[in-house]
Amino acid sequence: MQMSQTSPGNLTAADVLDAYFLEARARLIELAATLDRIDRAAGSQAVQSDARLKFIHDSLQTLQRTQPGRAKAVQELYSLK
Amino acid sequence: MFFIDPHIHMVSRTMADYEMLALSGVVAVSEPAFWAGFDRSPAGFVDYFRQLTEFEPRRAAQFGIQHYSWICLNPKEAEDLGKAREVLAEIPKFLSCPSVLGIGEIGLNKNTPNEAKVFQQHVQIAIDAASQGPPGSKHALILIHTPHLEDKLKGTRMILEMLRDFGSAIDPARVLIDHVEEHTIELVKDAGYWAGMTIYPISKATPARAVDMIEMYGPQRLCVNAAADWGISDPLNTHRTMLEAQRRGHQLPELLQVFHNNPAEFFGQNPKFTVKPLTVQPAA
Repeated sequence: MQMSQTSPGNLTAADVLDAYFLEARARLIELAATLDRIDRAAGSQAVQSDARLKFIHDSLQTLQRTQPGRAKAVQELYSLK
Repeated sequence: MFFIDPHIHMVSRTMADYEMLALSGVVAVSEPAFWAGFDRSPAGFVDYFRQLTEFEPRRAAQFGIQHYSWICLNPKEAEDLGKAREVLAEIPKFLSCPSVLGIGEIGLNKNTPNEAKVFQQHVQIAIDAASQGPPGSKHALILIHTPHLEDKLKGTRMILEMLRDFGSAIDPARVLIDHVEEHTIELVKDAGYWAGMTIYPISKATPARAVDMIEMYGPQRLCVNAAADWGISDPLNTHRTMLEAQRRGHQLPELLQVFHNNPAEFFGQNPKFTVKPLTVQPAA
């Protein structure tokens, strides 16, 4: 099944940005704080190679893609192959 | 576990919230004057100050909670300097009410020149009210709101500069600067002021981030509040922060310090505040 590129309801892109910007901002700050927390914790070096941490960093790279389908791509990163 | 909620807007909350706070160990709340969601007339402020000083203490007392308040014109309504002048003229007489701890929450919202002017006028009122504090007090206690979101860093710097301009008339130990986050907490604590963290999921700190800040900057001179009001907010966010700290292994004496004793110490600089810091001692 092909992913549909229809609009979210009758919202314009500006509407979507207005509605979701603060939530996205809060989640990014929360993620930044989570990564800082891992770094501050005892044994942080030992988890640098943990696959879950790599997923997070790979996800952040995926967010920088310019084409749609980022959520699907991130889900696939976390999926068993 | 006993809590003091150092910043909550109970005029916007129900009796059920008072009951929930009492059931969850809250022994005292401190309610700064704030924005009602619409701009009021000077007469409306006088009614509001009466609500804070007469009505809310009676509501809280029904649940065994001590209710304290702070008086000011909030920064969102500081643009109209004429109105500000009229409201500020009413403040001194309310400062002597038995449950009023000081001036607050003053501060900045959009960092405008008029907001700054009214902030400075409030600080001067606090200095002029020094005689109401214990002997040697330089000024009434001051509780400061810092702006939201992108205005916060600039606004916090402006507030610190304005306080510095008052020189030795300001005692940082008698000032709490609220709503600090990762980019402002250091500025506030390094300057010797008390800091408050507000737990809102979207626009301020979350329980996990607040505990991070306690760990990184130390529990000294740091308070946690839910700032629950008429918006999307939750009076139990203070408790959620305590639970997050507990989950990470922080021990009862430290939890008691942050969630009860720190507010008791800061507010206790005004003799009207009678809740004393507690200590934990194992039974013999």
